[in-house]
Amino acid sequence: MKKREPFFWFTISCGVVILAFILVPLVEMMTSPSFSALEESIKDKEVLRSIWLSLYTAGSAALISFLLGTPLAYILARIDFRGKRLVESIIDLPIVIPHPVVGIAILSVAGKNHWIGRFLFDIGVRIMGSVTGIIVVLTFVGLPFYINAVKDGFEGISPRLENVSRSLGASMTSTFFRITFPLAWRSMLIGIIMCSARAISEFGAVVIVAYHPMIAPVMIYERFEAYGLKYSQPVAVWLVFVCLSLFLALRILTLHRKTET
Amino acid sequence: MIFIENLHINLPGFSLRDISLHVKENEFFILMGPTGSGKTVLLEGISGLVPIRQGKILIGGREVTAMPPEKRGVSLVYQDHALFPHLTVKDNIRYGLRYHPIDKKEGRRRLRLLVEKLDIKHILKRLPLNLSGGEKQRVALARALIVSPQVILLDEPLSALDPVFREEIRNTLKNLQSSSDTTFMMVTHDFAEALALADRAAVINNGTIEQSGSIDDIFLRPRSVFTADFVGMKNIFEGQFRDNRFLVQDVEIMIDRKLDTSKGHIAIRPEDILIGPKVMRSNTRNTFEGRVKNIIDQGFTYEVHVGVRGVVFKSLITKKGLYKMGIQEGDNIPIAFKSASIHSF
Repeated sequence: MKKREPFFWFTISCGVVILAFILVPLVEMMTSPSFSALEESIKDKEVLRSIWLSLYTAGSAALISFLLGTPLAYILARIDFRGKRLVESIIDLPIVIPHPVVGIAILSVAGKNHWIGRFLFDIGVRIMGSVTGIIVVLTFVGLPFYINAVKDGFEGISPRLENVSRSLGASMTSTFFRITFPLAWRSMLIGIIMCSARAISEFGAVVIVAYHPMIAPVMIYERFEAYGLKYSQPVAVWLVFVCLSLFLALRILTLHRKTET
Repeated sequence: MIFIENLHINLPGFSLRDISLHVKENEFFILMGPTGSGKTVLLEGISGLVPIRQGKILIGGREVTAMPPEKRGVSLVYQDHALFPHLTVKDNIRYGLRYHPIDKKEGRRRLRLLVEKLDIKHILKRLPLNLSGGEKQRVALARALIVSPQVILLDEPLSALDPVFREEIRNTLKNLQSSSDTTFMMVTHDFAEALALADRAAVINNGTIEQSGSIDDIFLRPRSVFTADFVGMKNIFEGQFRDNRFLVQDVEIMIDRKLDTSKGHIAIRPEDILIGPKVMRSNTRNTFEGRVKNIIDQGFTYEVHVGVRGVVFKSLITKKGLYKMGIQEGDNIPIAFKSASIHSF
């Protein structure tokens, strides 16, 4: 057998360390709660409600990102304009801002000291301590992931396809729905999954804007604080299970795309 | 059919300047120029896909300068075919039908006709992904032609194809053009292609039109050094006209006619320059003694560079000719060319 250089073994060792670093704590946590504890926690109405709320709010954030983010992603992928870099940087801001700061920033416009907050109050929209508030926060943190994924998807479609479609008589709208959308839907789906995966894991920003109603991460934190590790673990397992399902779906979809093209 | 007047297009890093062209109805017009000369941008400008800074475009008597692409009656065919990858060949071809006042029966008739003419019946149900280059190009042509556009714009339709397909598609193009009312405008960087297809043509270089007119005119009477070089006149000399002579350095070349300008250019095709011992006996007026500087193998032919008092003449001869005469680098040989084959400008 060919003799490998030390560098090869170094890279392998790094890989093993990283995989262990990720997997050992996760596996330990997933396997430590007893089956009965898991069963008990999934029958707990509060737990179910929190997981459902997490899914529901993250899904809503993804839906909002889809509706508002798709046109923007399209423009960013197709048109070069002055200040485009700036716009892209602004979109990436939520990724780099510390999570509690996001919560505080949102509250500072949603409060009564700000005209937006007063306007929202007048039309009966509450942000602080409400499902709406949670969705706003999750959209804030998830939107960049959706836009970037979909922008990449649009960029992968040759503008010449759209040009040909236009020259054959199709309007811009018709071209979008007959050519661009069918070719980009998979990247949109991936964007939705990325966005909701990010949203479902948010804790820091949500806990500031809405401690109640409780989403799953907040509930895990509360149980940990009040009762300790043993009681927070089963809820955590269920949440991880949900996140893993999302991740798996993403992998399957991207893999499928690679074999097709 | 197409009138372009004083057109300016500015794109980041590239601009077209002062383009004026006239393409007649149902003719095969070829726009030729090297890579990066602005040919594709001009096609996209005519299609309405890039913003126009200044100037006018008229298609079929209608000013379309500010019209969106879908209203212009211009079909575009790209070099990479740009077939819609998620639609079958049949759906690709039928794509544009719904945007035109064509009823279903007529649509089916046109599809049948094109499919037959382009011989693509066997691939109708397939997706574009696994088609050959020639098949893709035929599908792209069918898709563009089914809506009976006033103008079809072809962006280097042949250059991405294997030589076998290239000739086949070239014949197809010529047939399609003569059997339809559509005006064909094609872009190419290959002058031989232009010679085979074009009625009239234009040479574009660096964002401006160098020359436009009948293909024979461009071929025989280029008006600039660039055009002369592009059409394969490899011997281009700058010098002084004096009566019916032209002076390049110390070499005096006899020409047919007198030119007013004292300074200017002459150009001679390499195949018009004869070399070898026999040429002395011919009655051409320009004969020189030179030394073979270089012999370049070009496949079927050789290009022989002969230096005459510091001026290098390039002559094209067949492989057989070279072997027969046994010419080698460093040999002294006579060269000759007729005054009639000298083009001056």
